Amino acid sequence: MNFSNLFKIALRAVMANKMRSFLTALGIIIGVASVITMLAIGQGSKRSIQANIAEMGSNMIMIHPGADMRGGVRQDPSAMQTLKLADYEALRNECTYIKAISPNVTSSGQWVNGNNNTQSTIYGVSPDYLEIRQLTVEDGVMFGDADIKSSAKVCVVGVTVANYLFPNGEDPVGKVVRFGSIPFRIVGVLKKKGYNSMGMDQDDLVLAPYTTVMKRILAQTWLGNINCSAITEDVTEKATEEITAILRRNHKLKDATDTTPADDDDFNIRSQEELSSMMSSTTDMLTILLGAVAGISLIVGGIGIMNIMYVSVTERTREIGLRMSVGARGIDILNQFLIEAIMLSVTGGIIGVLLGIGASFAVNSIAHWPIFIQPWSIVMSFAVCTLTGVFFGWYPAKKAALLDPIEAIRYE
Amino acid sequence: MQENKVVIELQNVKRDFVVGEETVHALKGVSFKIHEGEFVTIMGKSGSGKSTLLNQLGCLDTPTSGEYLLDGVAVRTMSKSQRAVLRNRKIGFIFQSYNLLPKTTSVENVELPLMYNRNVGSKERTERAIRALEAVGLGERLYHKSNQMSGGQMQRVAIARALVNDPAVILADEATGNLDTRTSFEILVLFQKLHAEGRTIIFVTHNPDIAHYSSRNIELRDGKVISDTTNLNIQSAAEALAALPKSDD
Repeated sequence: MNFSNLFKIALRAVMANKMRSFLTALGIIIGVASVITMLAIGQGSKRSIQANIAEMGSNMIMIHPGADMRGGVRQDPSAMQTLKLADYEALRNECTYIKAISPNVTSSGQWVNGNNNTQSTIYGVSPDYLEIRQLTVEDGVMFGDADIKSSAKVCVVGVTVANYLFPNGEDPVGKVVRFGSIPFRIVGVLKKKGYNSMGMDQDDLVLAPYTTVMKRILAQTWLGNINCSAITEDVTEKATEEITAILRRNHKLKDATDTTPADDDDFNIRSQEELSSMMSSTTDMLTILLGAVAGISLIVGGIGIMNIMYVSVTERTREIGLRMSVGARGIDILNQFLIEAIMLSVTGGIIGVLLGIGASFAVNSIAHWPIFIQPWSIVMSFAVCTLTGVFFGWYPAKKAALLDPIEAIRYE
Repeated sequence: MQENKVVIELQNVKRDFVVGEETVHALKGVSFKIHEGEFVTIMGKSGSGKSTLLNQLGCLDTPTSGEYLLDGVAVRTMSKSQRAVLRNRKIGFIFQSYNLLPKTTSVENVELPLMYNRNVGSKERTERAIRALEAVGLGERLYHKSNQMSGGQMQRVAIARALVNDPAVILADEATGNLDTRTSFEILVLFQKLHAEGRTIIFVTHNPDIAHYSSRNIELRDGKVISDTTNLNIQSAAEALAALPKSDD
């Protein structure tokens, strides 16, 4: 019997019991739709987290002073004074895997312009900081190396700070504002960046030369931390190793010998890549869990098909007997029921894919969850449900094919 | 009597069934030949082995020993699917309970055997089905569904289905068993018409009256042939039908 005849027979059998066929396919529909929706949600949140991390900076590596023990008491890392300007200069001159580096010292305080004022943080940095944090100056210019050398009292402000200090929309560039008692001339305004994924306002900041902050505000010789950018994401690890080696040498930390263990690092290095892979491992886990739950519902749907096919074979025993007596071979009967099962599962699959895509967009527009529908998730769930049809249709079809025509034709 | 081609030849056919620890000998060595164009009734009470014999003749089962030649082909050593193909080409089955596909039109029911024949295209299939239905007098009911027809009409569809592949032999199993007297005679008239056209018909029944309308009668008892007689005085089913009192409805 050729395929088109088999197809017609299967279609007729499916259409003869519309409600039953629909309910059977419903298992597959729900299974496929949930696989697609769950993977879309999982992938969507992964992508949104990755995007947020990428927004923080480009291939960023952060070097913090390490927690140290003083007489058995572990100290607050921010009180550590182990990162010095000399470290920054050594890294800047010697590191081959980084393209930008900036020290960072911060202080908080009140910014005043006439009778307007705001509380904000001042970051003492080098011009490289813009590249590292992916900031751009929209109006005016960034301060330069000359300003750093002379510890100039200049600054670049974020949009939030500018709006508080100049509520009437005047151009802040060229104006002088005060931080405490120290006057700063605004040379530029940063482009708006908005809130980050943690809800922090990324425009509420002021950048100034690190020399100015260190000497004129804090009067300290150590650094809060050092930020740098690896040349590419791939060399982040190599850059980290390089930085570790340079800092250990500068800090005169002893390597392990036969008798003594190596000195602990007195600094911590965190890379954006590390953060990103940590975050995506969480969302990958989420995706796997969601996918597994959805996959189980697909299997349940397949069992539904198997069950109905068994009922169908029993119910149509006489028909099978008749078909055999007029010349259907076992393989013809097998194919007939297999195609029927596949038809149910593939139809369910198609409806499920459409429903899954629809549900993903519904989740996106109602709950505002980020979604991303991966083409492979559609292809995969479609392939899986076809396989489900073959797998769960096989045993009932085999049972039908092995019926004895003599008994089947007289089956009551 | 002229010697026609031998369509069916049984040579000492035996069939044993193992039921639990016992062996039941359903057929204990049956031999006969049936020639082309014969209308043979096979009679016997229940338990006589006639169903087993029918299954043998219909290639649904194979003999334990002995040989069965259908149209010159030895059946005993054939595989299941070879026998399926043989049934498809050589045999037309008619069952007591019609066994039509439910919710399916007459034409589609009759087309069924041809669906399993790769050599017949869909156009030829429909044409042959329509011709077979016309031959049994159902030219007006080609597209009626099986559940919209009377028992007699359904049995005619079944007969058309048995004719459509132009079989070497038509096997009827109690084909009038579910029908009232009048309809039974109508069906017998149809069988006699097919016989007159030269078809080979084997009609298995427990009803001795039907033997009057066939050309030969084989009687079975306990798995053996106890009589094999040629009917020299074939009665006309059409006359018997005309002689029936008119029904009231």
